[in-house]
Amino acid sequence: MSAAETTETAETVGTGAEDAAARRARRRGGPGGAPLRFRIITMSLLTVAALYFLVPVYWLLVSSTKSSSDLFGTFGFWFADPRPLEYLGDLLTYDDGIYLRWFANSVLYAGVGAAVATLLSAAAGYALAKFDFRGREAVFNVVLAGVLIPGTALALPLYLMFSEVGIANTYWAVLVPSVVSPFGVYLCRIYAVASVPDSLLEAARIDGAGELTVFRVLVLRLMSPALITVFLFQFVHIWNNFFLPLVMLSDSDLYPITLGLTSWQGYADRQPLLYQLTVGGAFVSVLPLMILMVVLQRYWRTGLTEGSVKS
Amino acid sequence: MARTRPHTARNRAAVGFLLPFCVLFLTTFVAPICYAVHQSLFRVERKGALGLGGETEVFAGLSNYTHALEDSQFLAGFGRVLLFGVVQVPVMILLATVLALLLEAASARGVVFFRTAFFLPYGVPGVIASILWGFLYVPGISPIVEMLDGAGLDVDFLSDGTLLWSIANIVTWEFTGYNMLILISQLKAVPDELYEAARIDGANAWQVAVRIKLPLIRPALVLTTVFSIIGTLQLFSEPLVLKPLTGNIDTGYTPNVHAYNEAFGANNYHVAAAEAVLLAVVACVLSFGFMRLVGRRGKVGDE
Repeated sequence: MSAAETTETAETVGTGAEDAAARRARRRGGPGGAPLRFRIITMSLLTVAALYFLVPVYWLLVSSTKSSSDLFGTFGFWFADPRPLEYLGDLLTYDDGIYLRWFANSVLYAGVGAAVATLLSAAAGYALAKFDFRGREAVFNVVLAGVLIPGTALALPLYLMFSEVGIANTYWAVLVPSVVSPFGVYLCRIYAVASVPDSLLEAARIDGAGELTVFRVLVLRLMSPALITVFLFQFVHIWNNFFLPLVMLSDSDLYPITLGLTSWQGYADRQPLLYQLTVGGAFVSVLPLMILMVVLQRYWRTGLTEGSVKS
Repeated sequence: MARTRPHTARNRAAVGFLLPFCVLFLTTFVAPICYAVHQSLFRVERKGALGLGGETEVFAGLSNYTHALEDSQFLAGFGRVLLFGVVQVPVMILLATVLALLLEAASARGVVFFRTAFFLPYGVPGVIASILWGFLYVPGISPIVEMLDGAGLDVDFLSDGTLLWSIANIVTWEFTGYNMLILISQLKAVPDELYEAARIDGANAWQVAVRIKLPLIRPALVLTTVFSIIGTLQLFSEPLVLKPLTGNIDTGYTPNVHAYNEAFGANNYHVAAAEAVLLAVVACVLSFGFMRLVGRRGKVGDE
């Protein structure tokens, strides 16, 4: 038992119940065996924080089952005549099913964009980690500086450039910038340094494997935890991105869901049904990402700072 | 890391691996910056009476920059995001750090639930979060305003004085969990023996947190702070979405909103380009300045 715990326990002596509880807590062992008072404070703080983060999500859930008039006329934290299926039908059929189209666009931008970005980052990060060539550090530093450039400062000039070559207002205008992730290259490099052993690469080469085979069979597999992390971050980054599509796209058929819902919100005071659709659409749109985040949670924790500590 | 002898075939492979990324990086990062700098140095000159004789681009020197810097609305926007950053970034990073340390210390049941709950808002896009919080700010629809009203408190989240902090709340809500997660992953990388040793030396939970954990997660703290500074300068979607709800957001509420309106509202691309360049310069100066201030360049070159 640590000295700290002894003092803490000594302090709680006096009320028998507290004492017993503290002893019980301690018996659970490990770092979790902190004194009861400490645990109560910790749990209360965590609960307050959880309320802060979850209440708006709860409001969205409740409100997605309401009509526009109920949104304004009933108490926001409780249900009123929920008809989720009917409203879901309204959402999916409005304007010839434009919502589904926006949804599919978002999946396309984020899915394809993140997959290509991950592959490019893996190749570049691996090259920067495991090959020795002149100018390597210079390349890496330029890429790192890219992390510090605000994406919105790039979007305006990019739009002007894309207009000149005629790909503004196309899928490419959003996809091309989305496949470049300097942060992904950075993560891949530190991960490759830490987790791809040179001896294994040498062995594969001696066995006659070509560089591409080594990369495809060996390196991608060894780096897979980092690659999933890069993919997730880039997927969320593209899915949540608003400024780039706003600047690039004028045709609403190409909109991702963020842009589409904002356009509905902008029209809502003229067409009240859009309040209901905006709220319901917002709820449906955040579901897939939330599920993705919960299911793949452990990958959000690995890879990020790997290497920076190990080496 | 091991250094192998330079080898032509191997160098060619390295180039092959790097090239696709580098080409796209040049296209979408380097070229736009060069293009913006170039655009910012020109202006459109209209010929003939009433400007009907066509347009030509002429070299303008730094006049677009002086134009931007003399625009009081643009400067006010910068001042606003700087004030925002000075308050919101430390609050958010502090909150993220406290939550990360509490989750690490609790190590009890419920940790997975809490971690997920804190991280969940990161999956809500900024515009959706703004639409969502917008509904929670507007009187007449917001249950929060209704409940405060019931308690005798008359709060206007969208007034001139409170608006910036209502936006700060949206940003904090969205990104605290994300920053917390980065901090937790660094905490997890710290060997447990280190904590045990400190405990045996008589350190209590608080001392372990402040003397051992905080210094060890310093690189992650620097990283999250730098990202937050850059994010603050880019503030855009929150004011844009809240604009219809309040009369207190003008066309220059943040530098980004100003540049966007300059380009697409006023068709003044050259001034907008100058403003984009200024934004990028300020972002770089502030992030490098911060990294200087804390004494090391983040995790850069840590290997």
